Amino acid sequence: MRHSEKATMTLTIQVRRGTYYDSVVLMQLQRALLALPGVRDAGVVMGTPANFDLLRQSNLLIDPPRDARAEDLIIALRADSDASAEAALAQIDALLARRSTPTDSEYRPRSIESAARMSPNATWVLVSTPGRYAARVARDALDLAKNVFLFSDNVPLDQEIVLKQIAAQKGLLVMGPDCGTAIISGAALGFANRVRRGNIGIVGAAGTGIQTVAARIHNLGGGISHALGTGSRDLSDAVGAITARQSLALLARDPATDVIVLISKPPSPAIAEMLLRAARAIAKPVVIDFIGYVPEKNRDDNLFFARTLSDAAELAIECVPSFPSVPLFPGTEMKEQREIRKLSGYFRALYSGGTLAYEAQLILRDYLDTIYSNAPLLTTNQLPLTSVSQAHTILDLGADEFTVGRLHPMLDNDLRIRRLHQEARDPEVAIILLDVVLGFGAHPDPARELAPAIADARATRSIEIVAVVIGTDDDPQNASAQIAQLQNAGARVFTDHAAAVRAVGEMIGKKSERIEKIERLEIRDSEIVALIIAPNISLDTPFAAINVGLESFYESLKQQNQDAVHVDWQPPAGGNEKMIALLEKLKRNL
Amino acid sequence: MDIESANREAVTRMIEARPVLIGMGKARAVIPGMKDNLLLHAGPPITWERASGPLRGAMIGALIFEGRARDEISARALIERGEIEFDSCHHHGAVGPMAGVISPSMQVYIIENKTHNNRAYSNLNEGYGKVLRYGAFSDEVLARLRWMNDVMAPLLADAITASDGIDLKALIAEALHMGDEGHNRLKAGSILFLRALAPHLAKSAHNNSDLAEVLKFMGDTALTSLNPVMAGCKAMADAAHNIADSTIVTTMARNGTDFGIRVSGLGNRWFTARADIPRGLYFPGFNADDANRDIGDSTITETVGIGGFAMANAPAIVTFVSGKPKDALNATLEMYEITCAEHKYFTIPYLDFRGTPVGIDIRKVVEKQITPRVNTGIAHKNAGVGQIGAGLVRPPAQVFEDALVAFASGMRD
Repeated sequence: MRHSEKATMTLTIQVRRGTYYDSVVLMQLQRALLALPGVRDAGVVMGTPANFDLLRQSNLLIDPPRDARAEDLIIALRADSDASAEAALAQIDALLARRSTPTDSEYRPRSIESAARMSPNATWVLVSTPGRYAARVARDALDLAKNVFLFSDNVPLDQEIVLKQIAAQKGLLVMGPDCGTAIISGAALGFANRVRRGNIGIVGAAGTGIQTVAARIHNLGGGISHALGTGSRDLSDAVGAITARQSLALLARDPATDVIVLISKPPSPAIAEMLLRAARAIAKPVVIDFIGYVPEKNRDDNLFFARTLSDAAELAIECVPSFPSVPLFPGTEMKEQREIRKLSGYFRALYSGGTLAYEAQLILRDYLDTIYSNAPLLTTNQLPLTSVSQAHTILDLGADEFTVGRLHPMLDNDLRIRRLHQEARDPEVAIILLDVVLGFGAHPDPARELAPAIADARATRSIEIVAVVIGTDDDPQNASAQIAQLQNAGARVFTDHAAAVRAVGEMIGKKSERIEKIERLEIRDSEIVALIIAPNISLDTPFAAINVGLESFYESLKQQNQDAVHVDWQPPAGGNEKMIALLEKLKRNL
Repeated sequence: MDIESANREAVTRMIEARPVLIGMGKARAVIPGMKDNLLLHAGPPITWERASGPLRGAMIGALIFEGRARDEISARALIERGEIEFDSCHHHGAVGPMAGVISPSMQVYIIENKTHNNRAYSNLNEGYGKVLRYGAFSDEVLARLRWMNDVMAPLLADAITASDGIDLKALIAEALHMGDEGHNRLKAGSILFLRALAPHLAKSAHNNSDLAEVLKFMGDTALTSLNPVMAGCKAMADAAHNIADSTIVTTMARNGTDFGIRVSGLGNRWFTARADIPRGLYFPGFNADDANRDIGDSTITETVGIGGFAMANAPAIVTFVSGKPKDALNATLEMYEITCAEHKYFTIPYLDFRGTPVGIDIRKVVEKQITPRVNTGIAHKNAGVGQIGAGLVRPPAQVFEDALVAFASGMRD
C-alpha cells in the first residue's frame, strides 16, 4: 500500500457484546461489507486474541479494544473516509437481518426435542455449535437415544469422557468432538467427499486423514462402506479410544465392510496395543496408518501397516480381492511427474487439513533439518508468532487458534489468500504449498478464489506453488475442474499428498538416510481378546439426521438427498451465564 | 416432588379442568373478597398514579356507573382522597378483557370447574366501539352498561339456569375446529354460545322486544363469548395454580402499564415488567403512536393453550401475524418449544389433530429465549377512544428470568 493512500484511509472498529452468529453468517457479513462503496477491507470475527492478531496482520487494526472478550462480535473496517465507514456500519443490522427466517417457510425447530418430533426416524444428530455449548447439545441428543456426530471443537476433555461413557452405556456412538468427517451409508457428514459406495470401511481420528484416504480409494476405483470419525482426542489415554473401539466393532460386524482402514496420529503404546489387539480379533483385513509410526514389519496376520495416507488407501485396495485398476485423473496426473528442479530458499505450507500438515512434517524430516509450525512434531520447533513464518514453516490454518469464532479455511479462503500474499512477498521464500480439500461442507469453488491469488503471487517473481487437491470428480466442486484451474494459474498440482511433499523435499532439500527408530509393538497371540464395546446401532438403516449448528451441513445433506432437519439453534438463555447456571441447577434437581 | 412430576400434575389439572357456566350474579354478592369500595382491574396490581389512560377511564366510568361519583372530576377526587381500593381481578378468581374493571354492582358470569370445584368470574362483553373496557365513560357507554346489567343479565341468568349450564370446554374445543383461536377470533364460539342459550332465552323472556334486543346485541358482536371463555380459561389456570415445585405459568395478565405472570409453584407472587406495545394491523387513521401498552386479562387464553398458541386453528386471522397460513402454523409450532404438554381436548385439525401446546414452562422460555405469543386487541392510549387495531405481542423476557431466579433461590442446593 502506498503511503499517500494510507494517509487517507480510516480504520474503524465496532464491538458488539454477547451476540452469537455462526461463522458462516460472519463470513457473509464480511463479504457484504466489502461490497459496500468506499470499504477497502473488512474483518468480522469473534474477539479472540488470535483473531485480533489476524486483523492486525490485515492492517485492519492497530490496538485491540480494551476489555474485548471472546464472545464479542468484532467488526473492523478500513475505508476511504469516515463517511464511508459510518455508512457501512449503519448497514450492519440490515445485513444481519437478511438472515432472519423469511415468512411462509417451513418451521425451523429450536431444539433437538422438537426436531425429533418432526423427524422420528432420525438416528443421528450433527452438532456444530460453539464448543462451550456443544457437550450440552450432545447430551440432549444422547438422552433422546440419538448417535452424535460432534463437529464442534473446544469441548473440554472431561466433558468428552462423560459423553462417551454415557454413549457406551446406552449403546450409542459419539464421533468427536472435533470430528470433521464421516460417511454413514453414503451420507457425507461435515467435510466429506462424495465417494462411491464399496466395501472398505474407515475408522479415523483425523478428518482430513479420512478424506484423503477415502478420496484416494475412490480415485483408485474402490469404494467406501462407512467412514467413522472418532475425534482427535479419542485415542488419548484419558479417553481410552472408546469411539475407535466401538467403530471397529461396528465395521467388524457390518456385512457391507470387507476391509477396514484405521487412521490416527500415533497413540500411546497402551492405546496402540489395545487397538491392535482389537483389530487382530477381527476376521477382516485391517490396514493401519498410525501416521509416523514405523512398524517392525509391514504385515502381521490380518494387520497391514501403511506409512502414509496414500499408502493406506493403496493397501486397502490391494486387500480387496480381484480389484480392477483404473487410471487416476487421466491427463492431469502425468504433470505430477514433471522434472524436479532444485531451488534455494525457504518452504512455506499453508494447510487447511491438520492431518496433512502433520504428515508433511513427518515426510520432510527426511529432507529438511528444522521445520517450524504452529503444530510442530517437536515443541522446540514451535513457531513463536503464528502470524509470521520463519525459515521452513508448515502452518495448520485449521488449528483452534485460527478458527475460534472464525470460519474454517476449507470454507473460507480469505485467511489463506492473505497469508499466501504475505509469504509470496517474503524474498526468501521459494516454494509455497497449499492443500485444496474438496467435498461436501467445503467451499463451493476454492480454485476460483485461489487460482487468481496463485497467479498474482507468481506474476511478481519466480516462485513455485504446489497444490494438493483432495477430492473426487463426483464432488460438487469436481476435482478435475479444480485441478485445471489451479494448473492454468501456474500451480504444480498433485492428488497424492505424500508424493507432493516428497517432490517439495527433492526440490528444496536432500534425502538423508535416516535410521528410523523402530517402536516395537508386540502382540502375543494368547492375549488377543475382543476388547470391544459394541454399540446397539445398525449402520444399514436408512440415514436420517438432525443438524444443530452450521446450516451448511444441513444444506449439504439436502444436496445429497438425505433426510435431514435443521435446528435453529441459539445459545441457551441467550448466553447469559447466570441463567445458564440456574437452568443447570434446576435440571440437576430432576 | 421433583419439577417434572410437579409440572405434569399442574398441566394435567389445567387440561382436565371442566369449566361450566352455571349462572350470573352481582359481583358484590358472588366474587370472593369483593367490597363496596373495591374496583377490580385486569393485570397485576397497580396504583392509580401508574395506571394508563384506558384503565383510568374505565375506573372513572365504573365509579359513575356505581353512583359513587357524578362525573369525571368527582370520580378523580374520590380516588385521590384514597376512598377507593383497587385490586387485581386475579386475586379474586376473576378476569376481564382490556381494562377489565369489575365494580361491585356489575353482573358477572359464574363459571364452575366441575372437575376441581373452583370458580371463576368475568363481566359481560359490551361489544365494539366506545366501551368501558377501553376507558370510555360517556352517557351512551353508561346507558348501555345499565341496560346490560338490568335487562340482559337477568334474562341471561334465567336462561343459563334453564340450560343446566353451558360447558365452556366443549364450546372452546368445537370453536377451535371452526376457525377460532379463542382470543382474537371468537366468531364461531360466540355463535355456539348464542345457539346454546337462544331457546332458553326465548323461554325465559317476558316480552319479545327485550328478547329481540338481547339476541341482537349478543349476535352483533363476535366477542360475546370472549368473557365467559376467559373465565373458563381462568378456572382451568387456577386449577393448576399452587402446585409446589411446578415451573408452569398459571397467570399472564397486563394492566396497560405492566405485564405480569404468576407461576404455579411460586404462589401469589407476581413477576412484572413494563408491557410492550403490540405489533399489528391498525384501523384506518391510527398507528403505533396511538397505541396503549399491552392491556387486559385475555392472555389467560394463551396461558391455558389457546389464543396465540392455537394460531394454527385460525388461518382466517393470519394477517395479524404476517399474512401467510404457513406462518399461523409456525406460530403454533414455536409454542411447543416452551410448553410441557399437548392438550388432550383442544386439537388442531391441520396438524393431524395434535393437541394445542399447553403449560408454559418458565425454564424453557428462559433457555430458548422464546417468549409466549399473545394475540391481542390494541387499545388507544387515551381513555375512551376504543380499539384501534389487533396484533401480536410477547411478554417481556425479564418476567420469566425473574421468576426463574425466584424459583431457584427457593430450592435446596
